[in-house]
Amino acid sequence: MSEQPLFKVTIDNITIEVPAGTTILQAARKIGGEVAPPAMCYYSKLQGSGGKCRTCLVEVSKGSEKDPRPMPKLVASCRTTVMDGMEVKNITSPKVQDARAGVVEFLLLNHPLDCPICDQAGECHLQDLSYEHGKEGTRFEFQKRTFHKVDLGDKIQLHMTRCILCYRCVFTADQLTKEREHGVLDRGDHAQIATFIQKNLQNDFIGNVIDVCPVGALTDKTFRFKNRVWFTKPVDAHRNCSNPDCCGEVQLWMRGDEVFRVTARKDEWGEIKEASNGKTGWICNECRFEKKDVKDWVIEGPTKVNRHSVISQGHYVGVTKPNETFSAVMKGRDPKLLMDIHSVSEVNKPNIELSLLDRPAHSTDFNQS
Amino acid sequence: MGVKLLLEKAHVENIRLYDVYRREGGYRSVEKALKTMSPDAIVEEVKKSGLRGRGGAGFPAGMKWSFIAKPEGVPRHLVCNADESEPGTFKDRYLMEFIPHLLIEGLIVSSYALGSNDTYIYIRGEYAWIVDILEQAITEAKNNGWLGKNILGSGFDCNIHVQRGAGAYICGEETALIESLEGKRGNPRIKPPFPAVKGVWDRPTVVNNVETLSAVVPIINMGGEEYAKIGVGRSTGTKLISACGNINKPGVYEIDMTISVEEFIYSDEYCGGIANGKRLKACIPGGSSVPILPANLLLKTAKGETRYMNYESLSDGGFATGSMMGSGGFIVLDEDQCVVKNTYTLARFYRHESCGQCSPCREGTGWMEKILHNIECGKGKMTDIDLLWDIQRKIEGNTICPLGDAAAWPVAAAIRHFRDEFEWHVLHPEEAQKRNYGLAHYADPIHVPV
Repeated sequence: MSEQPLFKVTIDNITIEVPAGTTILQAARKIGGEVAPPAMCYYSKLQGSGGKCRTCLVEVSKGSEKDPRPMPKLVASCRTTVMDGMEVKNITSPKVQDARAGVVEFLLLNHPLDCPICDQAGECHLQDLSYEHGKEGTRFEFQKRTFHKVDLGDKIQLHMTRCILCYRCVFTADQLTKEREHGVLDRGDHAQIATFIQKNLQNDFIGNVIDVCPVGALTDKTFRFKNRVWFTKPVDAHRNCSNPDCCGEVQLWMRGDEVFRVTARKDEWGEIKEASNGKTGWICNECRFEKKDVKDWVIEGPTKVNRHSVISQGHYVGVTKPNETFSAVMKGRDPKLLMDIHSVSEVNKPNIELSLLDRPAHSTDFNQS
Repeated sequence: MGVKLLLEKAHVENIRLYDVYRREGGYRSVEKALKTMSPDAIVEEVKKSGLRGRGGAGFPAGMKWSFIAKPEGVPRHLVCNADESEPGTFKDRYLMEFIPHLLIEGLIVSSYALGSNDTYIYIRGEYAWIVDILEQAITEAKNNGWLGKNILGSGFDCNIHVQRGAGAYICGEETALIESLEGKRGNPRIKPPFPAVKGVWDRPTVVNNVETLSAVVPIINMGGEEYAKIGVGRSTGTKLISACGNINKPGVYEIDMTISVEEFIYSDEYCGGIANGKRLKACIPGGSSVPILPANLLLKTAKGETRYMNYESLSDGGFATGSMMGSGGFIVLDEDQCVVKNTYTLARFYRHESCGQCSPCREGTGWMEKILHNIECGKGKMTDIDLLWDIQRKIEGNTICPLGDAAAWPVAAAIRHFRDEFEWHVLHPEEAQKRNYGLAHYADPIHVPV
C-alpha cells in the first residue's frame, strides 16, 4: 500500500491524509465524531452498497488542488472518492443540513414509527438518525404504505412496512450466500424486498441480513418480542464453529444467565466488525439461531458499549455506586434547582472534559494529574 | 419552408423498404465514411457540426464521443436510446416507424467512428411493432452488405441488435438503460464512473438518442461545417419537435431552430394555431419534465425579446422565467386547461415511474402526487402549496439520476408561474370542481424592467 499516494482532504476544517481511492465518508470516519456523515444504506463490507439513501450527502466546496471548482450538487460521500486538496463541508454547511433534514423526512414518510413494538428499537439506525436530524411532528397527512408481514423461512421475518429500501440485505445475500433468493420487486414507493412467490430463505449465512438491516424490517424470529435490547446485556463470546466461513465470534445478548439473542459483533458505525483472524465477522445461522445456551460459548467478557447508547443505560461496567445518599451529601438541605456546576467550578477542574469519558465521572478522574 | 434533413424523404412511398431508401440516396454516408474517412475524422466532423444530444440534456454529441475510453483489447459499444417515454415526446417513434433505414445508416457510421462491433438499439417495450420494422431494416441492410463482417471491404465488422425494454420510463436514463440492457433491474447507476469509461458489461459505452444518431447521416453527407451553418448560435442543425395538445395540427415537425415560438404555434406550416379558436394559456416546450411556461413568458422572454425555438432562447432567463428545449415534446395548453390538474397528472406519472432506489425521489414523488390530488379534488390547504414547493426543493439535485429533477421541475414551475390558480383551487374548492380557472392574466403582456 506504500506506493499509493496520500491525499490531503479537509472535512469541516479538519485536515486529514488518506490514501487515494478512499471515499469521503471513510475519510470522515477516520476523523470520527460528528464529522462523519450518517449512512443508512452504505455498508463498507458490502460491495456496491451506498448512494441510495442520500443521508450522507455532503458539499464539496473545493474539488481538488488541481481543479478547485466546487461540485455543483451535493454528492453522496459514500460513493465519492477524495481528491488531493479537496475541501468538504458536512456539519458546517447549512445546505447539507437542510438536505439531510429533507432526506430524514422522506425516509420517515412511509415508516410506521412503531418503535414501541419494534424489536430494532434501541439499536435502530433510523431511530438514531431521526433523533439527530429529524424534526418533531410530520407534515405528511396521508395513509402510510403498508404491507403484510412475511416469514422468510422459519427464522427470519420480513416486515416490509418498516423497510427503507437500502438494498443492504440484497447485497448481503448476493455476496455471502451461494444463491440469492430475494431481491427488489416493483418500483417507486411500492417497491418491496421480496422472495418471488414467498420462497424460503435457506442459506447458511442468510441470518446476516438481520444484522445489516438498519431498521426493523428483517428481524430474528427466535428473538421477536422476547426482550428489549436495552434490558439485555451484550457479552462477547466465541465458539469453534464447524462452518469454515463462519468466524464464530459473536455477541450474546443476555439477561441473567439466559442468552436471548446472538448477533455478529459490530463496530462504532453499526457495521460488522473484523474478526480476530482478519475475516469479516459474518456468522452462520447455526451460531445465530441454534446456540442459545451459555454452555455453547466461551465468554470473553462484557462488550464495551458507548455510554451514549441506549443499550448501556442501567449497566455501566466497573462503576462503584457511591455509598453516601443524596440528602447526606446535601446535609439536609432541599434544593429547588440542580444545575451543572462543573463548567464553572474551579474545584472540579473544568479543564477535564467529562464528555470524553465513556462512563460516569468518578473522583479518580478529578484526582489525577 | 425550413430546411429538412431527417424527414426530407420520410414521405416517399415505401421508403421503409431498402430498395426505395437506397434509390433515394440512402447509405451514401456509410460509403463516404468507411471508404474515405478515419473514425477520428468522423468524430471530428461531428464535433464541427455542433450537434447536440437530442434526447433532452443537449450535451454536444461530438464531445461525448471523444470522451470514450479506448483501453487495448476491450470492446466498445454504441447503444441507441430508443426508450422514448417522456410524455409529449414521440419524434423517435416517427423516425423509426417511417424511415428506419436512416437510423440504421446513422448507427453504422457512428459505430465505425466509435469502434463498436456490437451496437444495440434499446427500444421501449410499448413500441412493439417498431421492433419488427427495425428488425426488417436490419435484415435488409445485412443482406445488402451494410452490416456483418468486413463492411464494404473496410475490415470493419458491425452488428446491430434490437433489445426491447419492458416499458419503464427510468430505462431512458442512460445508466438505467445499460443495467436493463444487461438484463438487470433498471436502476440508474451512481456516476462516476461514466458510461464512456464503464458502460455495458463494464466496457466503454456511448449512449445516444435516435434522433442524434440519425442526424449523423446528413452531417457526414454534407460535412460538419455545412451542417453547423443551419440553425443559430450553438443550436445547430435541425430538430424534430413533436407538437401535441390543443393545437390544430399535432404532429412531428422538423425545424431549423431559427423560427420563433409564436410562428411555430400559429403558422399553418407547423401547429396551425390553437384548436377551436381558443387562446393560448401555457405550454410545456420540451417534454413533460421541463418547466411549464405561461403564454406571456413563452412568446417573449423576460427582457421582452422574441423567444425562438432553440436551446438558448428557450432557456433564456433560467428557471425563473425560462424553460428548456428538452427532448422536443411541445405540449400546448389552451385557456380551458387546468394547470393544477395538468401538474397532478405529471406528478402521478413520475410517482409511478420512480425506480425507488433513492429516498428523496421514491418518497417525495408520492407525497407530491397525494398533495396535488388533494388540491385538485378541492381538499387542499393554503399551506400545501408551500409544502409542495419545499418538497420539490428537497428532491431537486439530491437524487442519483435526473428523474428526481424531472419530477421536481414541473411542480416548481407550475407553482412559480400559476400560484394564483393553485390558490384559487384551495379557496374555491366547489367552484374549482365545476369550472376551470381560465386564461386569467397569463397571456397579459409582461412588465419589462427598463
